[in-house]
Amino acid sequence: MSTQPDLLYSEEEEALRAAVRDLLTDHCDAADVIARCESDAPHDLSLWKALSDGMGLAGLLVPEDRGGQGATHREAAVVLEELGRAVAPVPYLTSAVVATEALMACEAAGELLAGLAAGRRIGALAVGLHLAPGAAFATVRLDNGALHGELTGIADAAVADVLLVPADDGGLYAVEADRVTVTPQTSLDLTRPLARISLHGAQGRRLGDAELAVRRALRAGAGLLASEQLGLADRSLTETVRYLKERKQFNRPVGGFQALKHRLAQLWLDVAGLRAAARNAADALATGEDADMAVAVAQAYAAPVAVRAAEEALQLHGGIGMTWEHPVHLCLKRAKADSIAHGTAGAHRETLAELVDLRAP
Amino acid sequence: MTDAAELRSRAQELLAAHPPADTGRLDFLRARFDAGLAWVHFPEGLGGLGLPRSLQPVVDAELQAAGAPDNDPRRIGIGLGMAAPTILQYGTEEQKARFLKPLWTGEEVWCQLFSEPGAGSDLAALGTRAVREGDEWVVNGQKVWTSSAHLARWAILIARTDPDVPKHRGITYFVCDMTDPGVEVRPLRQITGEAEFNEVFLTGVRIPDAHRLGGTGDGWRVAQTTLNNERVAIGGMRLPREGGMIGPVSKTWRERPELRTHDLHQRLLKLWVDAEVARLTGERLRQQLVAGQPGPEGAGMKLAFARLNQEISGLEVELGGEEGLLYDDWTMRRPELVDFTGRDAGYRYLRSKGNSIEGGTSEVLLNIVAERVLGLPAEPRTDKDVAWKDLAR
Repeated sequence: MSTQPDLLYSEEEEALRAAVRDLLTDHCDAADVIARCESDAPHDLSLWKALSDGMGLAGLLVPEDRGGQGATHREAAVVLEELGRAVAPVPYLTSAVVATEALMACEAAGELLAGLAAGRRIGALAVGLHLAPGAAFATVRLDNGALHGELTGIADAAVADVLLVPADDGGLYAVEADRVTVTPQTSLDLTRPLARISLHGAQGRRLGDAELAVRRALRAGAGLLASEQLGLADRSLTETVRYLKERKQFNRPVGGFQALKHRLAQLWLDVAGLRAAARNAADALATGEDADMAVAVAQAYAAPVAVRAAEEALQLHGGIGMTWEHPVHLCLKRAKADSIAHGTAGAHRETLAELVDLRAP
Repeated sequence: MTDAAELRSRAQELLAAHPPADTGRLDFLRARFDAGLAWVHFPEGLGGLGLPRSLQPVVDAELQAAGAPDNDPRRIGIGLGMAAPTILQYGTEEQKARFLKPLWTGEEVWCQLFSEPGAGSDLAALGTRAVREGDEWVVNGQKVWTSSAHLARWAILIARTDPDVPKHRGITYFVCDMTDPGVEVRPLRQITGEAEFNEVFLTGVRIPDAHRLGGTGDGWRVAQTTLNNERVAIGGMRLPREGGMIGPVSKTWRERPELRTHDLHQRLLKLWVDAEVARLTGERLRQQLVAGQPGPEGAGMKLAFARLNQEISGLEVELGGEEGLLYDDWTMRRPELVDFTGRDAGYRYLRSKGNSIEGGTSEVLLNIVAERVLGLPAEPRTDKDVAWKDLAR
């Protein structure tokens, strides 16, 4: 390491956070998210429009000369912290990070990349959400210029305008969503639903090399997912602390009992660690320095913390936490799904074992 | 000229006037103190220049590059980390002038007479009595877990001066002369076999009132300065990757493939990640301090490192297999400083058990985080308004 990573938030990043949080406070109420997630349209496309078209946030990772805002992963990470905190049902991670990164790895991305950056179009990389960077991914069959096959576990495909599909010739193809059959899968996380994609001879436009594009996309996705997990964990902790100061049993606030205080203090410590790891990953992706390592460390650490934060929130809210009406289940389902998304903590530990030369027996 | 450039030029002036090659170690250290380059954040005339603490590394690097001696800070950690900030904040001008220079040069070692057999986590319940006699105080009692007591010239001491008021209000803070004939130091052997710390018996020890730090009855407030600095000192070290306890076990893992098992591999990787994240958390805390936005993470660093040290060293003993059944040396010794890396895994395993006890137990620190950082209510208390002499014991 030649320089220390910058692990803080700049003033501009804090201003960005405040703007996103304001928008979400007004337009992403938990009750609305719960009501929407069982409807035919679980995604909130008007919120997405406000974020992408209104605030220009879909193009943060894209250079200005390619139609974007020319910001970095550090700013996108701040946006994801806030979207994670609100469990917002928008395709930011999938379109503005993963699909965008895939396109940036391709020579022939041109107009499509600019369209995603401007928020005019939503893209989805047609690779299973569970896959870690570097993992083998399924492809479809290229036959006479037409694509045939079926891919499952594709996050946010239901709202995608264009799918980025890896084919068996090693290429990544842009396929218009209205040329394929997208079938929603009943998903654990209703706010980031998965879908099955069936291609029956759809035409695709070759963008570039799939292997390179997918690897780059999943690394950025995994690294910035840690910031979403940070937002989830921080919200779970903050809400639980607030509730336990109010909730009284045995004639005193429940938050005054030492058994609970110690659990929350330990959780706070773990969330502080997650913040450092997530900032480190975002900064490493932005500078390109030590990024494989920083992403693997963040992803090996983030999921257990975010899941435990949500599980503790549920337990410490008591019976109310078990109800559909209370938002704690939104955090729990997202946190648990995130623990598989872009590779489990265990998969990232295996990556680290190679990176730092601590090899298996 | 910027502050950093000014400091570099002052350091060069010091080196020119007192070339390290031709100057005795103590003479150099005294000259450095007089030049205000000892701790630049201290006031002028007391070893500093009233500059931000973050500029100290500029001086240290300049002097180190010239081969100048340092004051062996690990040997005098209690003086530097706890006594000095307390004396600076609460001492009289005479006390600062008398104590700070030999403290910094290491000519006078300091120890801390706080804990007692009956007052550990509940330190404010301490029972060592100090009774005023003319211009002096007469002290009787017993202190324990006192590192460096056998080397120390001075001690920071808290004692009860008024048993008739609630416990936090009847304490006074003193500087105690460890050469007083009433001070008896006995080594306390610990589970590692050696004796880093001592029991200290105080029998008719006489302390001049001029060696009181802060007001009579104000000792608890003064002690907070000492304890807060202790936790910063324990939790605030800057580490490179694999810089802590994870270093030796990772090295053994790489060099001794025959010791590897699948179970140990999974546990090692988890702890490696936890150690790296703790390192990053500490680095983030440091960056916040430099940026003038101190965060509450400091309270948590000691907690994190205590757990990590214990789990990593426990794993390291298991990794040793047959060697894990052995121990390097049980000989009773009185080491001058704690060296975690100079000995075998078994020593690290046993010594790190103290990490969650010394300087505030992990249980007390979790309470502090819960109450001061998260704002959760304190437990109902039965001792706040009761005179010390009427407390249950």
